[in-house]
Amino acid sequence: MIYLDYSATTPVNEEVLKSFNKVVLEYPANANSLHKLGRESFHLMEASAKQIANLLNVLEKEVVFTSGASEANNLAIIGTVLKYQNRGKHIITTKLEHSSVLDTIKYLEKFGYEVDYLELMENGQVSIADLKKKIRKDTVLVSINHVNSEIGIIQDINKIGKLLKEYPKIIFHVDGTQAVGKIKVNLDYVDLYSFSSHKIYGLNGVGCLIVKQNISLDAIIHGGKSQSIYRSGTPTHALYASFAKALKLALENLEEKYDYVFKLNQKIRKDLETIEEVHINSPIDSIPHILNISLDGIKSETMLHALAESNIYVSTKTACANDASLSLSVLELTKNEDYAKRSLRISLSFLTTTEEIDCFLKVFKAKIKELSFRKGE
Amino acid sequence: MNRVILIKYGELTTKKGNRKLFINTLYNNILKKLNGLEVNIFKDMSRMYIEYDNKDEELILKKIGQIFGIHAFEVAYKEESNLDSLKRAIKELLEINFDNQKKYTFKVETKRSDKSFSNTSLECNNIFGSYILKEFPNLSVNVHQYDILVNVEIRHGYSYIYLNEYKGLGGYPVGSLGKALLMLSGGIDSPVAGYLAMKRGIKLDLVYFEAIPHTSIEARNKVIELAKKLVVYGNEMKLIIVPFTKLQEEIYKNVDGNYSITIMRRMMYRIMEKLVKRFKGLAIVNGESIGQVASQTLTSMNVINNVTNVPIIRPVACFDKLEIIDISKKIATYDISILPYEDCCTIFVPKHPIINPNLEHTLEMEKRINYEDLIKEILNNLKVITISNLDDDKYKDIL
Repeated sequence: MIYLDYSATTPVNEEVLKSFNKVVLEYPANANSLHKLGRESFHLMEASAKQIANLLNVLEKEVVFTSGASEANNLAIIGTVLKYQNRGKHIITTKLEHSSVLDTIKYLEKFGYEVDYLELMENGQVSIADLKKKIRKDTVLVSINHVNSEIGIIQDINKIGKLLKEYPKIIFHVDGTQAVGKIKVNLDYVDLYSFSSHKIYGLNGVGCLIVKQNISLDAIIHGGKSQSIYRSGTPTHALYASFAKALKLALENLEEKYDYVFKLNQKIRKDLETIEEVHINSPIDSIPHILNISLDGIKSETMLHALAESNIYVSTKTACANDASLSLSVLELTKNEDYAKRSLRISLSFLTTTEEIDCFLKVFKAKIKELSFRKGE
Repeated sequence: MNRVILIKYGELTTKKGNRKLFINTLYNNILKKLNGLEVNIFKDMSRMYIEYDNKDEELILKKIGQIFGIHAFEVAYKEESNLDSLKRAIKELLEINFDNQKKYTFKVETKRSDKSFSNTSLECNNIFGSYILKEFPNLSVNVHQYDILVNVEIRHGYSYIYLNEYKGLGGYPVGSLGKALLMLSGGIDSPVAGYLAMKRGIKLDLVYFEAIPHTSIEARNKVIELAKKLVVYGNEMKLIIVPFTKLQEEIYKNVDGNYSITIMRRMMYRIMEKLVKRFKGLAIVNGESIGQVASQTLTSMNVINNVTNVPIIRPVACFDKLEIIDISKKIATYDISILPYEDCCTIFVPKHPIINPNLEHTLEMEKRINYEDLIKEILNNLKVITISNLDDDKYKDIL
């Protein structure tokens, strides 16, 4: 099997699973129970949050565990607009966002919220000038992803954050799901930051929203304080501990892993550039872990299944998007509907080997020939 | 450029005679606090310098921020004392820290303790100031209201340049003024009292009165958790657990209900006095706050205090509850303190504890209890736990 869909989810690191098992067996009590056993679970939960905080250079109390990045995004957006209703009803975002951001904001439109989408520059980064232009007196929230999940465009969140610091009433939310564990992240200029465990070789079902200490949100799951005041429910402290472990492992040798993936990416790019039917959508300065391409005359789904026959797994677009026919991100960047309909995402990891890449390229080229031939018939 | 952390002493430099003692205590406290990290610490009579591995910078800054006796500290660049290398360092420092597209005002402040250096402080200010103006067209001088303060300290051999200053905790180095015993209950006030006592250089051991089975083992664990928060500021302390059950039961069986708290507190002080001697302390510290509860009215304090001559320090005596809570949140004891376990002061509370107890009456009632033997028994059954500052690797298999 050649797995090239690491941006959809990653295989669980065995060490992470070991942590999870150990906690489940050895810390069985509810972390909110007042007895001795409960306190032991509680301390472990605290230690997990502290480790994540230290790794990301934030405070322990700023770590809010959620069920995943989608919930973190929902909490960030809905929690902010509910809390700061008096500040206005205007939201700024981009069309490059994950559906858990875009759909949440769309949902808010039903309640009278107005949304502006930022213009992109040629490399896919948001235009700061446009952002300045679109900020209004009643803007409450700016939500921009750190790394786009389909194309891999990296946004300069420091630059955006620094600008937004001049507007202290605007909350700046960043969806960092595709950034954490791949590139170095600096959270000095953001107010809210979401990310998830299963994208960094951790378990599915746990995520995190960093909520800076000067920000407060309305809770979206009510029922009393749990790990945080924003989300009720029995704390899943075994998942939290496994998440803390996963993050620690993911950040080890970050630069080396990045350089390695960068080389793999260059190798594929170089090869694909020679194929007439391939158009590379990911700008050159995108994250190397994601390479988005469009195929001339071949439906992306056809190619996806053709590759799967040879046990090679890629994606057509993010697995989460609900409209299967078109990639909004690709459309937004290329303004070409054809590209948007025929896009494929190849996503890489430091676990990917050069042999796997060689094999993928070989099969891919053969499939192109095969499918183009059919097209010609 | 070589980075060092530069530490400025606080109030302690004003104490001429004891200056050396203060500095040495601070030096030892810093050494202990940074135990396990690769650091070199140098001290002189006005500054301390820590050389360190850059990857540990954040951790070290955090730890330094938890040490009493430090007025301020900064990450400084160490350079040879000559104008050219200092200029180069200043340029680099400004380039790293400030966006040169933006306009800022600045001021240069030179301190020259090496009087053999070629230029005076004032001349240095001018030289570096005009150099900065030349190199950074967006910067302008304003000595009254500035965005950037460029500090240059010219000392023998080396000079130090820094921009930002971190505020230290102030106070005196813990241990420089002797030891006291803190009565730690589990409530909000006593940890804060302990923190404030340490701020004035007092080393603490902690005393917890326990009434198992009326109080639970969780209540004891809660006190241990509080102790762990306090030890952050004090390196190492003993937690003395006093088995108070029998004596407390005797009190409630034999004295009038409304006097029970008064007499219980007197018994505690009697025990504290013995503990102070045994653990070589000089005073008792507690979290009493005037008027907060019946035993903390001035009349009550007067009658209760009557049993001992050991000085009793009450750091939060004149604080409002909200002021105490603010500090407890700052030192992260609040969330632990509000855990709802009974402690020995909250069990057996009479409906109407007396707020104006009478000394004669108190003495009369105390005669009903054979407390001297009970206290002896208690002192023979103390349990002592060492609370240390070392972060335990408890979760190293998991996290």
